[in-house]
Order: sequence, then C-alpha cells, then structure tokens
Amino acid sequence: MFFLRNAWIIPAIPVASFWVILLFGKRLPKKGSEVGVAALAIAFALSCLTFGAWIARDAKPAAEVVAATAPATAAGPGHVEGGEGAGGAHELPSETHHAEELRPAVDRNLFTWFEMGGTKVEFGTHIDGLAVTLLFVVTLISLLVHIFSTAYMKGDRRYTHFFASLSLFTSGMLILVTARTTLQMILGWEIMGLCSFMLIGHWWEEKPNSDAALKAFFTTRTGDVGLLVGVSILFFGAGRTFDAATINAAALSGRMPHWVLLMGATALFVAVIGKSAQFPLHTWLPDAMAGPTPVSALIHAATMVVAGVYLVARMYGVFWKAFSITAPGHAGFNPVAIVGGLTILIAAALAFVQNDIKKVLAYSTVSQLGYMVMGLGVGAWMGAVFHIFTHAFFKASLFLGAGSVSHGGSHHSFDMKKDMGGLKKHMPITFWTFAVSSVALAGIPILAGFWSKDEILLGAGKNGYTVFLVVGLMGAMMTAAYMTRCVYLTFFGEARGNAAHHHPHESPPAITGPLVVLAFLSVVAGLLNAPGITLFGKWNLNEVLVTAGVPEHTFNYGYAAVSTLIAATGIVIGGLWYFRNLGPHGITQRVKPLHAGYVFLDNKYYLDVLYTDGVVGSIKGPIARGAYWVNQNVLDGVVNGVGIAARRVAQFVYDVIDQQVVDGAVNGAGFTAESGGSLLRVFQTGRVQNYAAIMFGVAALSALGLAVLVTK
Amino acid sequence: MLNTLDTWALTLAVFIPLAGVVVLGFVDRTWEKGLKGITLLVSLLTLADGIYLLARFDYGASDALQFEVNRHWIDAINSHYHVGIDGISLPMLVLSMFITVLCVVYSWDHFPEPYNPKSFLMLILVLEVGMNGTFVAEDLILFFVFFELVLLPMYFMIGVWGGPNRQYASIKFFLYTLFGSALMILGFLAIYFKGGQTFDIPELVAKGGIASHVTELWIFGGLFMGFAIKVPMFPFHTWLPDAHTEAPTVGSVILAAILLKLGTYGFIRIAIPILPDAAKSWAPWIGGLAVIGIIYGALGCLAQRDLKRLIAFSSVAHMGFVMLGISTLTSYGINAAVFGMVAHGLITGMLFFLAGSIGERFGTREINRLGGLLVQAPKLGWILGFCAMASLGLPGLAGFWGEFPAILSAYQPAAGLNEALFRGYMVVASIGTVLAAGYLLWMYQRTAFGLPRDEFAEAHIHDIHTPEWIAWTPLLVAIVALGVYPHLLFHVTTDAVDGVTAALKAVGG
Repeated sequence: MFFLRNAWIIPAIPVASFWVILLFGKRLPKKGSEVGVAALAIAFALSCLTFGAWIARDAKPAAEVVAATAPATAAGPGHVEGGEGAGGAHELPSETHHAEELRPAVDRNLFTWFEMGGTKVEFGTHIDGLAVTLLFVVTLISLLVHIFSTAYMKGDRRYTHFFASLSLFTSGMLILVTARTTLQMILGWEIMGLCSFMLIGHWWEEKPNSDAALKAFFTTRTGDVGLLVGVSILFFGAGRTFDAATINAAALSGRMPHWVLLMGATALFVAVIGKSAQFPLHTWLPDAMAGPTPVSALIHAATMVVAGVYLVARMYGVFWKAFSITAPGHAGFNPVAIVGGLTILIAAALAFVQNDIKKVLAYSTVSQLGYMVMGLGVGAWMGAVFHIFTHAFFKASLFLGAGSVSHGGSHHSFDMKKDMGGLKKHMPITFWTFAVSSVALAGIPILAGFWSKDEILLGAGKNGYTVFLVVGLMGAMMTAAYMTRCVYLTFFGEARGNAAHHHPHESPPAITGPLVVLAFLSVVAGLLNAPGITLFGKWNLNEVLVTAGVPEHTFNYGYAAVSTLIAATGIVIGGLWYFRNLGPHGITQRVKPLHAGYVFLDNKYYLDVLYTDGVVGSIKGPIARGAYWVNQNVLDGVVNGVGIAARRVAQFVYDVIDQQVVDGAVNGAGFTAESGGSLLRVFQTGRVQNYAAIMFGVAALSALGLAVLVTK
Repeated sequence: MLNTLDTWALTLAVFIPLAGVVVLGFVDRTWEKGLKGITLLVSLLTLADGIYLLARFDYGASDALQFEVNRHWIDAINSHYHVGIDGISLPMLVLSMFITVLCVVYSWDHFPEPYNPKSFLMLILVLEVGMNGTFVAEDLILFFVFFELVLLPMYFMIGVWGGPNRQYASIKFFLYTLFGSALMILGFLAIYFKGGQTFDIPELVAKGGIASHVTELWIFGGLFMGFAIKVPMFPFHTWLPDAHTEAPTVGSVILAAILLKLGTYGFIRIAIPILPDAAKSWAPWIGGLAVIGIIYGALGCLAQRDLKRLIAFSSVAHMGFVMLGISTLTSYGINAAVFGMVAHGLITGMLFFLAGSIGERFGTREINRLGGLLVQAPKLGWILGFCAMASLGLPGLAGFWGEFPAILSAYQPAAGLNEALFRGYMVVASIGTVLAAGYLLWMYQRTAFGLPRDEFAEAHIHDIHTPEWIAWTPLLVAIVALGVYPHLLFHVTTDAVDGVTAALKAVGG
C-alpha cells in the first residue's frame, strides 16, 4: 500500500535528476550520465515494488461501483452483431470483465494545486493496473535507453544535456501515467513535447535536425488544440472537475448529454492523432529520426507517441460512450477505429519504400500505434493496452538494434541499401536480438506481438467491426513482409558501402546488454495474457471496464491460426522476394501505374508537401505578410491619417482663421509670410505639446458628442 | 507601530520613489556610482515596503480593501486621496516594484545612448510612482492622475534614448494613449455626474450600476477606449510595435511588464464593476476583438524580421488571452486574466531583456542576420529558449496559467452571454496557441540554432554578465515557481475576483 500511495515519488525522481544533471552534470566524473542511470534504476526498482504491491492488492467486489452506474448502462455490452455471414451472424452476449477480480484504484491527493472561482484543483495520483503497467514499462525502457546511451553517445558534443533531457522526458511520461486529473495529464503531455523538441533537435547545428524538432513540436501542438478544448469541455460536462475517474464515471452514468461527450471525445481524439502520430498528422514521426537513436527508442517504445493511446485508454469511459463503441446496433465503424485502421495500412505501405532503417521502424511504429488506436476504437481495450506493453519491448529492441548497427556496423550510417548488408556474422548479438524482435513484431506465436495483436483482432471480429478485422490482418501481412525486407537488407547479402569498408564489429556490452534484455522480453512478455494465464487482464482490470461492461473475449484458436498464417505468408513472400530473389523485381520501374504508385509512396502521399508548403508556408508567407501589410497600411494608416489630418486642420485654423480672420481683424492684414513659416516649422518639428493640443482638440470634439449623448 | 506603518504603507509605496526622484535631482550628474546606488536603494526600499505589504496582507480577506487610507483631497469636486489594495491589486503592485528593481540592476552597465544616467534613472523612478499609484488608487481622479503620470517619462525614455525612429514612435505612443485618456476622463466625469457626484471607486461599485442602460453603454465606451488603447487591443495596437521597437531595453521591459497592465487593470477595477450592466453588452465585442488580437498578433509575429518587434506583436496576442478571460465576466476568466497579466509581465519582460542584450552584443536585432546563438553564448541561448517555451504557454511555467484557464472560462461565460459565440472564441484562442508555438520556435530556430553567420563568426560574443544574472534570475525563478505552483497567485486573487463577479451577478441576467 505504501508504494501505491506514494507512487508520486517515481516521477519525482527523474525530475530531480534532471535538475541535478543540468546544474552539476558537467562537473561530475561521468558528466551526469551516472545520475541519470542511477535515478532511473531507482525509479525502476520502485516501479517494480509498486507493481508488486498492486498485484498483492486484494481484489474487492466492486459491486457498489457497478450499482452506482448500472441502470444507465444496463443495455451495456450485451448483444453484439457479428460480421456478415462469418459462421452464424450473431455471437452470444459476449463475456464481460469479472467485477469480482477488480482491484480498486488507489487515489491520493498530494496538495491543492490551486483554487479559484470556487473550484479546488488537487494535484494527486491515480494508481491502477494501467498506471502500474506503464510505470513498469516506461522506467524499464528508459533505464535501458540510459544505459545504452552511455556507450552510444560517448563523446557527444552535448552529452550532459542529452542525459538531462532524457530524464525530463521520462518524468513527463511518468507524470502523465500517474496523473489523477486531466490537467496533470496536460502537464506531462507538454513536458514530453518540450523534451522531444530538445532531443530531436539535439544536433541543432544542422538545419534538417532543427527543422525536424520544430515539425514534431508544431504538429503535436496542432493536435493539442484538441486537448485544451476537450479538457475544457469535459471539465464543465462532468460538473467542474478535472478528475479523470469522475469524468469517466459521469460519462458512463449517462448524466452528461451525448453531444457534450461527443464534442469532448472528438476534441481529445484530435490531440491523440497529433501525439500518437495517427494519419493524417503522422508526418512528424519519421522526421523525428533526426534525433539520436536512443531517443527514437524512447519516443517510440515507451513515451510520447504512447501518450496519445494512453489518453484514450485512460479516458475510455468518455470515448466508449461518446462513440457508442460496443453499444448494440452500432454502425460498425467510428472515428477512432477508422483513423487507427487507416494508419495501419498507410504507414505499413510507406515502410516498404524506405531505405533508412530507422524510417522503416518509424513507419512500423506509426502502423503499430494504428493497431492500438483501432483496438480502442473497436472495444478491445485490453488488447490495445497489452499491445502498448508488448510493443514497447520489441520496438525498443529494434531501435536500439538499429543504433547498434550504426555504431558497430555501418559507421554511423542508417542507409540499409548503401551502407549495410552481410552484418550478421560481424554482429551476432545484434543480429539475433533484432531478428527475434522482428519476428515478435510480425506476430508469430509464441512471441510477444502475436498475443497482443491477436487480442485486438479478436475484439474487432467479435465486437462487430469486421472491416477492421480485415484491415488488421492485411496490416499483419504487410508488417511481416517489410520486416523481412529490413532484416535482409541489414544483415544478409553482400556487405555494401560502410559495412564493407569500415571493419564492422559487435557493439560493447552497454549496448548489447539492453538488447538482450529487450529481446528476451519480446519473447516472453506476451505469455502474460496467454490462455490459461491471463494475468495481464486481471491486473489491468479497472472501474471503467467493469462499469461500462466492455466485452472480454477468450482466446480463440481460429483467429489465432488465421493471423499466424497470414503473418507467416508475409514472411514467406518477403523471404522469397529478397532471399530467393523471386517475383517480378523492378516491376515498379516497368509498369507505369505501378511506377506512379511507387512515386506516390516515395513522396509520402505528398502530405509533407501539403503541410510544409501548403499550410505552414502559406501562413508563414502570404497570410502573415498580408496581415502585417494590413497592419502597416490600413490600421496604422488610419492612425497616421488622423494625425496628418489633424495637423492640416490645425494649420488651416491657424493660418486662415487665427492669423487672417481673428488676428487680421486686430492687426489688419499685416501678416508676413516669414513669421507664418517659422511658426509652421514649430508644428512640424514634432514638439509633443503641439500634437497633444491637437489631439486633445480632436478628443474634445468626440467628447462633446459623448457628453451630449450621456446627458440626454 | 505596525498599525501606523499599515496606514502609511501604500502612501510610502508611491512616495518613496518620488522622494528618490527629488534626491536624485540634487546629486551631481557626474557622480554615476552615487546615482546608481541611490536609485537602487530607493527601488529596494520600495520593494521592502512591498514585501511588508505581502507579509501583512490578510489573505483570508483578499476581497476587502486593506491598508486603506481615505483623506480629503480636492473637496471642490469631492475627490479623495483614497488608496487601498485587495487581492487583485496586490500582485500587480508587487510586480511593479519588483520589475523596477530589476530594471535598475540591469541598467547598471547598459545605459543606452545618449547615456545621461541621471535623467534615465530619474525617469525610471517617476514611472514607478505612476505605476504604483495606479494600482493603489481607489478614487477615479487619483487613478487618472497616476495613469497619466506614466506617459511623460515613457515618452522621454523612447524619445531620447530610443532607436533611430524614436521621434515618430514616442509621439505616436504619447498621443495615441492621450487620446484614449481624454475619452476615459470624460467617462469618469460622466460617472461622477450620474453616480451621485463621487469619484470613490468602492462607493460607485456598491451602487451596482449608475445610470440607464444606454447611458452606461456610452460611458463604458469612453472607458473602453482609454483602457483598450493601453492594453492594447486590436485594432488599437499599432502604437505598441513602434514604441517597443524604438524604446531602450528597460523602457520596453517596463512598458510590457507593467504599463500594458494598467489597461487590463482598469477594466477589472473600474469599467466592469462600476458598469456591470454595460459590461455584459460589451463583453461579446471585447471577446471578439480579443481573439482577433490573438490570431492577428501571432500572424504579425510571423511576418517580423526584428526580434523586438516580434516580441511586441506577441504582446498583442498574449494580451488577447487576458482580455478574453476578462470578457467572459466569470471568476475563472478574470482570475486567469490577473494570472496572465503577472505571467506576461514576467515572461515578456524577460524576453525584452534578452532581445536588448542580444541586440547590444550583435549590434543588430534582425533575426535573419542572427543564428547560432547557442554556439556563441550558450547560456543566453538556453535562457532565450526557456522564455520562448514559457511564452508559448508550456504547462509547468507561468504562461500556461494565464492561457489555459482563459480558454477554459470561454466555454461557459457569465450568464446572459452567448455561449455558442464564446465557445467559438475558445476554439480560435486555442488555435492561437499553435501559432504562438510557430512564431516563437521559428524565431528560436533562426536565432539560436545553426551556426553563427559569417559576419559574426569571428566576433567575440560575451555570455551573460553579472548584472544580467542578478536582474534575470529572480524573473526566471518566479516563472518556474508560479508555473509549478499556481496556488501562490490564485489564492490571492480568487476572493477579490469573486468580489468583481458578484457586482455582475447583482445586476442579474
């Protein structure tokens, strides 16, 4: 219980280490890296203890939780339409999660963050299965990335800053996952945005890197419009509270009008699209490869992009109700599922045409995030969360493996076609860990990716989202094929370029160590939720799932067989094409329509052109310049015009009325042009008193009008 | 003893700097050290008075006027020397004292051409008199006197110590603001005649409206012109970029950090509570201009080539958030506005300091000629990055707590206002945060990232000097402290703000 109540310490540790490294890092013997590694080691140990405490927590019947909100959700999970014709159209009312296995979340308020307008906003932690799972994953991956970086970043020009940023980055994600309120989530979310900016732009001397950093920050920030708006809508919708659990409960209870939920969920989902790199805002993620490789591993596996998926998982009551995800008679699609599904295919297709190994992995991440989002969209909450968990291990392993290849094999190049090939014999550990992780990603049993992907597909099929089942299966085949291509180009065939000329060698233990750990987890992590074990599902059960009645499906051998077969087909096709050199090679050069398709892919669907030149370019260029032109010529023109006109009127008054009429009456017409001119110069020298007098005159006239109106 | 001091504390806040001006007047202009020392001492004494106020302020009753003094002043027009502070004025008053000290410190070795430290320092103190006075005044005439008092020193600061186009900028600043003031004083006079021949603010607020709706609308219009020009709100902002571009660094800092807030403070202290009924009719228009200002200011920033001019335009955008908060007429919105005022004062003040220091080192503030600041002066570069992040509203730093609650409050404006309209404003304002990220980071990329340009490649660029550190550290600490723990400020303002919104509720709607 102690660890559950004091989980706030875990995010606090990397925050502290950030400050220590920033302020004193350069003076330490290892330039601050030791502080980072130690901090994460402690944080990881605490996360394990917290996880242990959570497992040890008694599962209490949450009858009262259910009772409180049951009437509104009585229709709940119930009847689900099956796919058309797929062996009996109707499933039985599907099983829901067992309330008696629910471990109640541990909430704690630490202090009052602020109080205003009669609303008290607390800063606190909300610890449940989802939180402890992510605490474990994030601290573990981050620790391994820290260790890896001590060797990989050795001698870097900003070694100390790099570690400081890594620590802060990790703390951002930890703040997000332990957050009790949506406001704290914004805090963690934006800290990660900041750190991704610093880390992607780590080598800011070169413009492409700083461009990538800006693009990442700017794109995710565009999505954040949705976050600010969505949090505001839900704040008022749930009765002036930022508390996530209360908002979920309010959503599920039916107290919130559906349109409010729909607006809130849609707005939040815009933020998710930005942060989790979903189509059409995914374009920043591949560019983010400009950062050092360990950063990519951290961003892709455990932080940043997972944040978006986490937000949906955390606020699932809102999404579930707003999009009627498993409500009877649902349409079979919703924005969440559609965006996720599209992302799977669109990103997987792009992975085929990349020559940069990190970009293959980046598009693979985008595609896998699509699975998670789609999983949440089709009601497979547990599958999606499980996929966060397993994906973290194999994707971190793959990225760090790519880093290892560039470190020892290809002499800092990431170009598979130019500088790699045949590295298998030189880098056996890197090869084996990379290969195992690739198979895990491809979804071959009994490796990790298989189990989690299978749960998502199962959910799509059983909850009546047949189209998305097909999409998921297609994606699985593509995944298997492009990973085969990637492994082949990197490790097999003839050594090319740097790999041929620079004496490839295995990387040092600080690099291979993390690889081995991650590869091991890529093999076994999926077993946690294998049939007969299903521990992951029990640990991650939460109030929302029970109250909402999110359906749970037991392992189905039919689905598993089909998905395995399809993944295997993908590997075989990839293998035949690359290893055996079979198939119509060069067809994209010969056949015009296919060539056009290739060019279209090669240009990333022209989205970058649209955004960079179309949107950003026009705002930065013509629109901003136009607005400024209006400012200088229209708005300021009026101001200057008034000034000039006032001066002219005054001149007239002085010259004609005062000097000629009034003064003329006194002195006759004896006025010399000379003295008039000198007085005129007084006006034009810009003496403030004169202007003030004139302006006061103008004001007085307006005032007269005002006075007349007021006294009426 | 303490009781006596309590009575005098606010008067001292205003008159210590004034006494300083008089003393400086007698000091020989060549004795620079003495001039600086005396000014610093005076500003520190004033700040000490501010700290005393902070310590003695009763936070449990922040909606009540404290340290109040009410004496006869101009009996002929029933105007009183009435001063007092509540939870809204206290932060602004202390901010003003705080910024003044930092400006004096920064000036230590940064006197702009044509030098003349004596006059320059005197002007800073005169400014402080006006600023402090405005924040403590509880009488319309007294308020007006102080409000106008700041014009002259700022006019001279820009006109004498400013950049190449200083003549035009200073006159524009002076006349434009004076124009607004003329309408404002008419509004005050109308209030006086319609409101039972008194200039006393609390008394007028207690009336809960002073005239027929139409009359109030006109009076509000007069006040609106006075305050909106000062803020400045779109489309009355065009004096600001010129004034900032030409002003010396310290002038820009004071202008951005404090002078702009006189306008927003006027809305919260005078226009809205005295004319609540009219405020409701004006609110949608104010909110509309505010969100136009947010987008428009950001677009203006994107078009800028001069670093200072860019920051000036960003003020238009940020003050748009403040005005959006005010226009919702809700407790959330006005609290956000007060927070935004303080945060903008700290952050934009800091940005102007940085722009000044960068301009001084490179001899130019043209963004396209700069580059690689992080290479040549890494600390300066990092702090610029920090302030850019603070300015774009990163949570955990002060700017966020001005922006986000303002956006939040627009979702549910005060009863009687058009919800759909304000929700539209909310979305537009949120889009403004993206543009803010755009112009700030783009500016940062061009100035700090990359390698130095050829023309400065060999130049020796000093990193931060000691007076700069002393002046900046408190600002940076305050930005983080308020950002991490917003309770520090919200708990001071919230009750006082409820007092303002109570005046609104009283008129129903």
